Amino acid sequence: MKILVPVKQVAAIDEDCVLREDMRDIDPDFLDYELNEWDDYSWEAALQLREAHGDQVEIVPVTVGPDEATDGLRRCLAKGGNRGVRVWDSALEESDPIAVARVIARLAKREEADLILAGTLSSDHGFAATAMCVAGFLDWPHVAVVSKLDVRPDAQHATVHRELEAGWEEEISVQCPAVLSIQLGINEPRYASLRGIKQAKAKPIEVLSHSDLGLESDEVGLSGSGSRVRRMFAPAKGQAEMIEGTTAEQASRIAQIVSELSRENS
Amino acid sequence: MSEILVVAEHRHGELAVSTLEVIAAAGELKKKNNMAVVVAVLAQEPSTFTDQLSVPSVDEIVNVKVPLGEFQNDNYEAIIGQLIVKRNPAVVLVPHSVDSWGYAPSLAARYGYGFATDVFALSYDGDELIATRAAYSEKMQVELDFPGKETILITLRGNIFKLEEGSSSPVITSFDASFVPARTDHHRFVEPESTGDVDITQSELILSVGRGVGEENNIESFRELSDLMGFTLGCSRPIADSGWLPKSRQVGQSGKTVSNCNIYIAMGISGSVQHMAGMKHVPNIIAVNTDPEASVFSIAHYGVVADMFDIAEELRNQFE
Repeated sequence: MKILVPVKQVAAIDEDCVLREDMRDIDPDFLDYELNEWDDYSWEAALQLREAHGDQVEIVPVTVGPDEATDGLRRCLAKGGNRGVRVWDSALEESDPIAVARVIARLAKREEADLILAGTLSSDHGFAATAMCVAGFLDWPHVAVVSKLDVRPDAQHATVHRELEAGWEEEISVQCPAVLSIQLGINEPRYASLRGIKQAKAKPIEVLSHSDLGLESDEVGLSGSGSRVRRMFAPAKGQAEMIEGTTAEQASRIAQIVSELSRENS
Repeated sequence: MSEILVVAEHRHGELAVSTLEVIAAAGELKKKNNMAVVVAVLAQEPSTFTDQLSVPSVDEIVNVKVPLGEFQNDNYEAIIGQLIVKRNPAVVLVPHSVDSWGYAPSLAARYGYGFATDVFALSYDGDELIATRAAYSEKMQVELDFPGKETILITLRGNIFKLEEGSSSPVITSFDASFVPARTDHHRFVEPESTGDVDITQSELILSVGRGVGEENNIESFRELSDLMGFTLGCSRPIADSGWLPKSRQVGQSGKTVSNCNIYIAMGISGSVQHMAGMKHVPNIIAVNTDPEASVFSIAHYGVVADMFDIAEELRNQFE
């Protein structure tokens, strides 16, 4: 069984960031990248399946992104797996989850993947969409927000828990091959060892372009997307009254607010 | 007249309130652009929801009888796809929920719809639909448009659109869908574990801790502090996932909505959308965080940029 794990380098913005000239995104100089939190969990799920079933399972982290995204793949490879795949070229800029998913779906076919485990959402833009878009393009069975996973390499079905609202879960089985989006808390992601981090540097990362995957340039980027950013802007500041002063003063103001509000309410 | 199609969401035979919020959003668009609001109900007995769905903006309810009582991805996608082909709505609006996370992206990818999720404002610029959503962990916002898309599928954030008051008599129609084989099989629902713990949804005063608490050993001092202050101790997701506090204490989308809370103190919680979904309605929110840019300050009434441990120590002195 080959498990493909699409991961993403998410961008955090600096406090004093500025917008790009076209006002549609942040100037990239003000972005810091790190691996999406959810992807630590999807990769851990893959690692555990590999450990449980040995050579019957191959796990491959893949990403769609520029050079910076290589770090995310290395972070995964430091914990296990032998190779990664990164897809990028300038036509892929401004791809939304639909365009990114089209690329991952092609990659899944090329890799003859049997299972795709992806993070439920990404912490930067939070579409919660890419994994299930991949399922749509592949026409594969799919389950979003998986909080428990039970699958054997040769099985026709996986049994999973779907995390619902308000603490409820649904236990369902899903036919394989399948796309599952993995929720935080499904496992405890391990830390990479120093040795693993060193070894990861030597592991091959194949770099492909959209055309290597047989995609036309209008199937990716803006023209392959489901939406287009017209403009980006900072939201109106919250109405919060900021409590200044020393810690003692701040705490005593909190205590005062609490006692006033409690009195009003009683 | 062009249509706005709303897909109702329900579970265990109960209509999700988010459906009524989505109808309210559709109602606002309808006023601006003279559109018809059509609500599709996929259920074994769709008519059981008719009364609840008959709110002023709704022009038509389409009942679709389905063999499966509960939500199932493949069926929702196939049936909504068929409905869209038949009715050609300009906009399809659904709640941003665990169910829609399962079917909406796949549907949009398959049929090439315009698509955006977790949208919290909609408007028209001429004939162009504009959707507003967050970017960069809520620190920025973007306006999206959907050039050249005939149908636009949008999932809408909860607790934003005010429910409509009053009732109406929408036209009731039905739709015979062709079903597809379901590729998932429902086994059972798993109830939230009842731990015999306090029911945090009943608490009026809640002090919640998040990632900032650092390690499990630090939880106890915040439990003592909350006891001392007469507050119930709550937490954000990472704390419950780590097993430092029971899941029953977790506030947020997958945890509890603290519906009776009057004062909420958030300590070391940066304020993910998922956490805020469970507490942003609270009338008095005090946020303590070292990061002045933390998104929790965008919904707090009082903000304190400080170390939660220092504040906790001073609070202990105040309340002792």
